Amino acid sequence: MSTAVQLLIGTRKGAWIYRSDAARKTWAVQGPIFLGHIVNHLVLDPRDGKTLLMAASTGHLGPTIFRSADEGQTWTEAERPPAFPKVEGDGAARSVDHSFWLEPGHSSEPGVWWAGTSPPGLFRSADGGATWDSVAGFNDHPMYWNWCPADGGTPDGALLNQIQIDPRDARHMYLATSTGGVFESLDQAATWKPLNQGVEANFFPDPYPEYGQDAHYIALAPTMPDRIWQQNHCGIYRLDRPAERWDRIGMAMPPEIGDIGFTIVPHPRQADTAWVFPMDGTEVWPRTSPGGKPAVYRTSDGGKSWRRQDAGFPTEQGWFTVKRQAFCADAGDPVGLYLGATNGEVWMSDDEGAGWRPIARHLPEIYSVVAAPL
Amino acid sequence: MPQVFIPSQLTSYTDGASRLAAQGGSIAQVLDDLDRRYPGLKFRVVDEQDRIRRHMRIFKNGDRAQDIGLAVSDADEVLIFGALSGG
Repeated sequence: MSTAVQLLIGTRKGAWIYRSDAARKTWAVQGPIFLGHIVNHLVLDPRDGKTLLMAASTGHLGPTIFRSADEGQTWTEAERPPAFPKVEGDGAARSVDHSFWLEPGHSSEPGVWWAGTSPPGLFRSADGGATWDSVAGFNDHPMYWNWCPADGGTPDGALLNQIQIDPRDARHMYLATSTGGVFESLDQAATWKPLNQGVEANFFPDPYPEYGQDAHYIALAPTMPDRIWQQNHCGIYRLDRPAERWDRIGMAMPPEIGDIGFTIVPHPRQADTAWVFPMDGTEVWPRTSPGGKPAVYRTSDGGKSWRRQDAGFPTEQGWFTVKRQAFCADAGDPVGLYLGATNGEVWMSDDEGAGWRPIARHLPEIYSVVAAPL
Repeated sequence: MPQVFIPSQLTSYTDGASRLAAQGGSIAQVLDDLDRRYPGLKFRVVDEQDRIRRHMRIFKNGDRAQDIGLAVSDADEVLIFGALSGG
């Protein structure tokens, strides 16, 4: 049974909301919202089903968070956006360049939100996103400058790019960074430890360090939260807790495609199923669809094998890229999949990846796509 | 009071006003006064370490301010600009 979906789309030049009919066949468009603003993430609070939070900045202005309680019609700016503590004297003075990831808190904690920033920082709000505090357990950890070296990072800066919360335990959290890899906390962000065994970092003399990996994306399997999927700079991995060593399930990908990409999407109900959107990580790292032939790859057996799904995508000269937060699934049956491309197109599949069609063209470069119930 | 020029990037905070008078004996105090009246404005211009953001410029009369501690008087004009920031 399919149900109506809203797609929350963040782009380099503003935000859009696409709302479907019950069949997910036609889409109504709202936007642009905050035209010209850089929107890294736009997220609906699943606990009340109505509050939207947006991570925004502009080419000139500093970063902030906007909130809406009326489906994006009106917005209120955070009274105190994420910001590092003021440093007096000669200390290393960090300032938030942009918020990158917004994570609603555990279902038992209404009003709690978490944010990940560039440079890497973890921030928490206890009032629905109005005011934010630096989380000292990570930001002031004695190992912070080892985990998040000042000279590391992506073209847009080093990132704390994902926060995941165990749905069974609000104290159990994971985060992912572009400079240190994956970290775990068992005490709601008070202390952290690296969780990167078996994950390659082929840009270091020791390619399997304790930390230093570039974790592009992590996601817990919704029906089996001990299973973590990871799309890393160096391959596709799976970790089934309490184990601590990741398996490189991307080794089962076709060698001519490889297992490099930005993102991975778990199935909402089938713990062995996930999708990736590979990119070209050869030679100078074009980070485009391999061979100019866009495709997703699906595993239905936990990563033992992968099946190409490209029906509807360009069969040649299709060079777009899908960034970290720009690929997602809805909760429908069959599952709807949505990916936003760097060329401003949004593609969807309403049959779990078997066929694809564009539902938006000519948007600005897409940074994030989030599917939420309507 | 010093007169302040507000760039287009910030007029959503000032109800469209591009010229305002603001109280203060330094650029920091002028920004604080503006932030009291237009909450959120200062953090878009100055980061949490009190550094002027990379793509913002502040001038006292014709001279570029490198630090918001720069003193200003009632006869001065403070100009805030959004500088080049890419495409």
